[in-house]
Amino acid sequence: MNYTVLLSQMLQATLMSLRIFFSTLLFSVPLGLLVAAGRRSKVKAVNLPVRFYILLMRGTPLMLQLLFIFYGLKPLTGIQLDRVAAAQVAFLLNYAAYFAEIFRGGIDAVPAGQYEAARVLGFTKRQTFFRIVLPQVCKMILPPMSNEFINLVKDTSLAQVIGVTELLRVTSDWVSSAVSMAPFAIAAVFYLLMNAVVTRCFTVAEARMNYYR
Amino acid sequence: MPLLTARNLYKSFDGTGVLKGISLDVDKGEVLTVIGPSGSGKSTLLRCMTQLEAVDRGEISVCGETLVKTGENQSAVYSDRAACRRIALHIGLVFQNFNLFPHFSVLRNIAEAPMHVLGKKKAEAEASAMELLKKMELSDKADFYPCQLSGGQQQRVSIARALAMNPDLLFFDEPTSALDPELTGEILKVIRDLAAEHMTMVVVTHEMAFARDVADQVVFMADGVIVEQGTPEQVFANTQSERTKAFLSRFNES
Ligand SMILES: Nc1ncnc2c1ncn2[C@@H]1O[C@H](COP(=O)(O)OP(=O)(O)OP(=O)(O)O)[C@@H](O)[C@H]1O
Ligand SMILES: [Mg+2]
Repeated sequence: MNYTVLLSQMLQATLMSLRIFFSTLLFSVPLGLLVAAGRRSKVKAVNLPVRFYILLMRGTPLMLQLLFIFYGLKPLTGIQLDRVAAAQVAFLLNYAAYFAEIFRGGIDAVPAGQYEAARVLGFTKRQTFFRIVLPQVCKMILPPMSNEFINLVKDTSLAQVIGVTELLRVTSDWVSSAVSMAPFAIAAVFYLLMNAVVTRCFTVAEARMNYYR
Repeated sequence: MPLLTARNLYKSFDGTGVLKGISLDVDKGEVLTVIGPSGSGKSTLLRCMTQLEAVDRGEISVCGETLVKTGENQSAVYSDRAACRRIALHIGLVFQNFNLFPHFSVLRNIAEAPMHVLGKKKAEAEASAMELLKKMELSDKADFYPCQLSGGQQQRVSIARALAMNPDLLFFDEPTSALDPELTGEILKVIRDLAAEHMTMVVVTHEMAFARDVADQVVFMADGVIVEQGTPEQVFANTQSERTKAFLSRFNES
């Protein structure tokens, strides 16, 4: 087994995992905010479809969603995404649903008195949300968000079911061809390192938000 | 002309009447205290006058501008958004549990609305915030966060926050009820000082001696109606109704 080749291929694959990780975060956080807003809407025509979307995303396996978007979209809509794009879309839709529920919980946890104080002072709804509510929500949702971020690092390995050459796919190919367990151990270290960084970022963020309450 | 006029206010929650025809006037520079048993609708009255709740029927006008009037089919008709907003800017409200913004420093709690609602410059807003803090004897706490302050200090910050908007009329909903008895005095003193400066105020309170001493006009509410109304002497010394007498007797004993 040539370790130089192994490591370089595994690093290459890690970059693919990271690409899915970051693209998911970049799009599913804002989409999650929108979905949370829709979920909180009192208008049934908005609220009901959003609830159905959240149920669908959280109630079916992410692996099935990946397979559906890669193989199932074409017959239905004629759109064929390439493997990586299909993975990115599936992850983004799935994680937005989870994030939305976390955001919703955070927004609902801001006491009514905060809205009332802002209102009496004359802040507009928009100002109230961005200046008063959102900063408090950010602090509250850090712990559940760190869980989701860590899950996402590991979930990127699911993209292999539609043939994306991410870290775990390359690893298991090496294990079967070289008949060695070493690649598994190396992959475990890679995932651990990525999640150590994620954990560290959240620890720092929590410490920085710790100046109040 | 009174600064605040309320006529025949009605408000119910889920069919239960909470305000059943409340009328009152507050003149400029006057202090009105509202007393009454728990559940009599005092907070609801304040919330209706500060636009946190909408009345079902009745008239409210502030500084000569109509907020709401009763329409043809006996339901409330509110003025347009711009008018409601103008009226809201004449009015400040101090809450029982302060409702300070926990993520802002004391200074920012006070300066935020003048900056972003009134469009004041940062330096100007902060300078007046510092002035208000000085008045509240909290100059050294400008950079603290609300969670680092005592209840009494938090309430003084929230009064400063309301004053920073230069309201013509300031409402207090039981400003001392969330405080330890030894901290109550410092808040009552602040309100007394404001009264001495002829700030127009409506104060809901369970502190009877304070309600009597600070007021130009006292209102006793029970079950959503005003049972007795008048000068402190009229209400406290020359009580007319049995309901008021019964309520005040508990206070006179203690
Ligand atoms: N948002 C609401 N929904 C339903 N009922 C309400 C609501 N707000 C107040 N009430 C009811 O209205 C009545 C009057 O409440 P309010 O808070 O105005 O009384 P209060 O005089 O301020 O009492 P306290 O001295 O305890 O503060 C109570 O019976 C209360 O349960
Ligand atoms: Mg009350």
